[in-house]
Amino acid sequence: MLDGLTIADIVFWILASLILVAGTSVVMARNLVHAALFMVLTFFGISGIYVLLEADFIAVVQILIYVGAIAVLIMFGVMLTQREDMGETNAYSAHGRSAAIVVGTFLLVIIIALSATKWLIHPQAALPETVGPIADLMLTTFVIPFEAVAILLTVAVLGAIILSKGARRTP
Amino acid sequence: MILHVSLNHYLILAAILFCIGLYGAVAKQNAISILMGIELMLNAVNINLIAFNRFMQPAILVGHVFSIFVIALAAAEVAIGLALVLSVYRDRRTVNIEDFNWLKW
Repeated sequence: MLDGLTIADIVFWILASLILVAGTSVVMARNLVHAALFMVLTFFGISGIYVLLEADFIAVVQILIYVGAIAVLIMFGVMLTQREDMGETNAYSAHGRSAAIVVGTFLLVIIIALSATKWLIHPQAALPETVGPIADLMLTTFVIPFEAVAILLTVAVLGAIILSKGARRTP
Repeated sequence: MILHVSLNHYLILAAILFCIGLYGAVAKQNAISILMGIELMLNAVNINLIAFNRFMQPAILVGHVFSIFVIALAAAEVAIGLALVLSVYRDRRTVNIEDFNWLKW
């Protein structure tokens, strides 16, 4: 049964089970700090999936931004808002059960739709390096979205500072 | 053979991860857990984009560019979200979304 499996297949299954176990633990962990740490593990697994899909730049960006910035920010948020003991900080809201039913149905619908679809697969090798082509696309075809995202990031950071510090009228 | 990885495997992995994130975003009480659920959903979307790019259009990296945009938006979203949560926490001393009921009467 296992013959004919390539290394990439085995790595995919290991990474997929890591992602799904860690992702489930993000939701199921009782302690919010543990949930955030499991989220870091999920991000590392997803970065491995990107390496498997030969997207080296995105894999590095994933680790830099998600693990390096977003997970640390969320950790800060946890530490700044939980003062008492961390035991039951990741509780369910009142509609946990109905949410499970809706999400389960949604997943079932997606999987049925996916398995019923025939994709137009291009059997072609990936590009040997992705940084140059990404830069070309970003600075030619997608230059306006690129600038828009730059403005949005600036505005978001300013907004975050004002929201957390409070705007003060200068005399 | 089902163990051989194809595009569908990546898509189903992303679908399951999306649903885990959606469940976390809908069924949790703590505002920060909701943010974590949203991060998981955005990551699932990125897996989809990269997988479609790899299997259907490997020569043009539009999917990579889109996923970089998604990552940038996720960073902006989490910064704003945490600033909101912190300012609500300063006001109300809680991050439980069931207590966020100013607009309710």
